Formats: sequence, structure tokens, C-alpha cells
Amino acid sequence: MEGFYDWFRWLYDATGINLTIIYDAFDRKRMISGFWMTVRLCLICIALSVAIGVVGAWLQGSRLKWTRRGVQTFIALFRDTPPLVQIYFFYFGLGALLPRVENAYGIPEPVLTNVQWAVLSLSLFAGAFNVEIFRSGIEAVPKATVEAAEALGYSRLRAYIHVVLPLAFRICLPALNNNIVNLVKTTTLAYAIAVPEMLYVAKQIWSDATNVPEMMVFLLLAYVFLVGWVVWVMGRIERALKVPGIGL
Amino acid sequence: MNPAPPLLSVRDVHKKFGDVEVLKGVSFDVRRGEVICIIGPSGSGKSTILRCINALVPIDSGSILVDGQEVNDPKLDKLALRRKVGMVFQQYNLFPHKTALQNVMMAPIHVLKQDKAEVEARAYRLMKKVRLEGKEQSYPGELSGGQQQRVAIARSLAMNPEIILFDEVTAALDPETVKEVLVTIRELAEDGMTCVLVTHEMGFAREVGDHIYFTDRGVIVEHGAPKEFFAQAQDPRTRQFLDQIL
Repeated sequence: MEGFYDWFRWLYDATGINLTIIYDAFDRKRMISGFWMTVRLCLICIALSVAIGVVGAWLQGSRLKWTRRGVQTFIALFRDTPPLVQIYFFYFGLGALLPRVENAYGIPEPVLTNVQWAVLSLSLFAGAFNVEIFRSGIEAVPKATVEAAEALGYSRLRAYIHVVLPLAFRICLPALNNNIVNLVKTTTLAYAIAVPEMLYVAKQIWSDATNVPEMMVFLLLAYVFLVGWVVWVMGRIERALKVPGIGL
Repeated sequence: MNPAPPLLSVRDVHKKFGDVEVLKGVSFDVRRGEVICIIGPSGSGKSTILRCINALVPIDSGSILVDGQEVNDPKLDKLALRRKVGMVFQQYNLFPHKTALQNVMMAPIHVLKQDKAEVEARAYRLMKKVRLEGKEQSYPGELSGGQQQRVAIARSLAMNPEIILFDEVTAALDPETVKEVLVTIRELAEDGMTCVLVTHEMGFAREVGDHIYFTDRGVIVEHGAPKEFFAQAQDPRTRQFLDQIL
């Protein structure tokens, strides 16, 4: 392993290409933790945003006018405003208004950490799109199929869970994939509130080692790799859900 | 001794869609084990009658009693009603993401909360009954129209309904598969299942029906036992319809 690192030291000496994230133990550790922070942000936000989409689309079909209006307002708020503004709003706006709590050492702390605010705001942002995506899928499920479930004694909720959602999910999967890819890329905005994800860590490293071009190239490739992996997983899910006779 | 009350009793049912009055006072009774056929031109309200019986469509006035339960009641327990009333649709309306066997098993498990192993055994028996042995693991998209419709019948039977409503169940089928579905329905009728059929298959209606109702423009114009009905219908509208069809 030392030889491997030495080669990158030699590369730096010979060409000026300075990849401290490989040969320098401290930078390597920082970047690995940044990578895992990005992965964690992605996975948690994907899960939460899909849950928001599923529940939101269900509430959108409610018989209660105010429930439907509430969902509409939520969508308008989070789809029609820039995600960076949302993150700032939550962290600096809402975060400042909330009371502080004392931690174990008696030091006052914000109720939510910057990472938690980032998770919350990114999930709501992507969730607003997911509500609309699931709604498009639900609308494409034939009324007659839902009626068949009703005729078999299914309640609205049971029909949603067992019939409407599984079909709607298959229909809207391509649109959902796009939104999830977008979400993965949008996690870089957490940089703005100092969440130590990949972009933030990269900035710290290039400030110390002044290797801006190298870190830029690395970041670009890292995201190609990460999003490529997400797309691959979604493709696997799409194939696993494929059912003969449904033209998807 | 009084005769048993009818299983289904429809009394003076009215229904409007917007300004169009689709049902203008429809009344009829169905006794347990009886098979009745409703025939009539398109738009005469035949399908609407069926959809009112299992509360898919609310009625404006009148009364529908299913096994003593009033359907035209704001406090109606729809789920309880639909356990008694099965329905088979023109377009089958199977759940395309589930196999044939799963289609049959779903409602008893999800709605009636019955034991999965017991339901599965019953589903296999029902698939055999509708002559689809070996097709249990096929998806609806892999089955012909006639096969899908028989899965739909098995799905309805799995709920052990008191009565099954058939809404033009052969209308969307290829001529060569109509027969296999009709055979299945005839067997059900012979087993004593109470059936209400909306159909264009006059020969079949004559053969399996205990009673024929002819509807036109929202009213029952004429009814009778099949032999008399087809031989000596009185009303000119019925005559005209039968002349066109037969």
C-alpha cells in the first residue's frame, strides 16, 4: 500500500498533479468521511422524500377540501422556491427562531444540527416533486381497476396500498428516477450550511493543499460514479417490478 | 308457511346522472339460487342497476335490500355489503401486477383477513373449478380474454358471495372464448349460486335464466320466464329488440 501512495507522491513531484486525498492519511480520511456523509444524506433523503410522495399523493385524493389544499400549498412552497433558499430558510430562519436546548455539558445547542436541517429541507424539496410524480402515476391507473377492488370490499386505503400504489409506482418509476438523480446532486447544497459532505470536504482540502483543479476533477468523477450507481440500482428495481402485460 | 324473503329486492329505484334519468323506477326480486337475466338495448340502464346493487353508484330514491340490508342508507357498511355481493366486469378488471392465483387470493386475505394457507388452497380449487389449472402463476397479461374473465369469476367466488352480478361479461371477448366463460357461469348456476346477469347472449339467457327482464330507457318493460318471454313477448319495444337480435 505504501508503494501505491509513493507513486502518487512521485506523480505530484513529476507532474504537479497533487492528489492528497490518496497519499495523505489525513486528507484521505476527510474525503472518505465526506463521501459517506453524501451517501447517508442521499439514502435518508431518498427514503424520506419517497415516503412524503406516497403519503402526499394519498392525502391529495382526500375527500376533505382543506387536506387537499394543504398538500397543494406544500407543493407550491417547496417546488416553486430554490432549494438553496429553502436550506437557508430552515437553518438560518427557522433554526434561529427555535429555542436552544442544553447538551450534556450544559452548553446551549440548537434543537436540530445542520445535518438534520439539511436532511429535512432536502427531503421536503424532493418530496414535493414526488407527490406530483406519484399523482401522475395514480391518475394513470384505470378507474375500472380501482372499482374492481372496491367491489371486492377494499376500503380506499387498502385499495391504495394493494392495488393503486403498486401500479402507480410502476407507471411513474422513470419520472421518480429522474427526481432521485436530481436529489443526489442537490445534496451538494448542504455545503452552504457547513454539512461536511463531499463538496464541503473538497473545499477544505483544496484550501489546504491548493489543488483546486485536481479536486474539481475528482468531484466530477465521484458524482458520475455515485449517480451512475443510483441509476443502476433503480434500473434493477425497474426490472424486478416488471410484469408481463403491463407496457412499462 | 311464508316463502323465504327474496335475497335481493329492488324497489322503485330512481337514478339520475346530471339531467339524464337513467333509472325511472326499477323493481324486481331475486330469490336465493335464482338466475335472472337483464336484457335490453344499450343505454337502457342495465349496467347501472348492477352498479347500484353493490353501492358503486348511489341511488337517488327507492330501496335495494340485499339479504335484509338496505343499500340506500347513508350509514351503509359498504364493505359488509360487498362481501355478500360479488361482481364480474365486462373488461375483467384483474389486478395486472399480480398472478392469476394472487388475484384470487388477495381480497380474502386483505379484506376478510383469512388465513393465507387456507385461502391459497381454496384459490387452487377455484382455479380448477374455472378450468384454469396450470395457469395459476400466469399474469393477467399472459392470459386470453376468456381466461382472464374466468380468473375474475374465481376471484369473485373466493369471497364466498351470496350473489354474483355479471355485467356483460362476454361482451369484450372473442367469439371462440365466449363459450368457455358461459360454461363456467352455467356451472355456477347449476351449483345454486344466485346470479344476476346483464347480457346480450339471448340463447344463453334462455337456457340458464329462471327469469328474464327486458329494460328500455330506464324502466323494466316486460319480464317473464324464458320460454314465455322469448315466445310471446307482448310489448312492441321488446318485440322490436328481439327481432333485431335473434
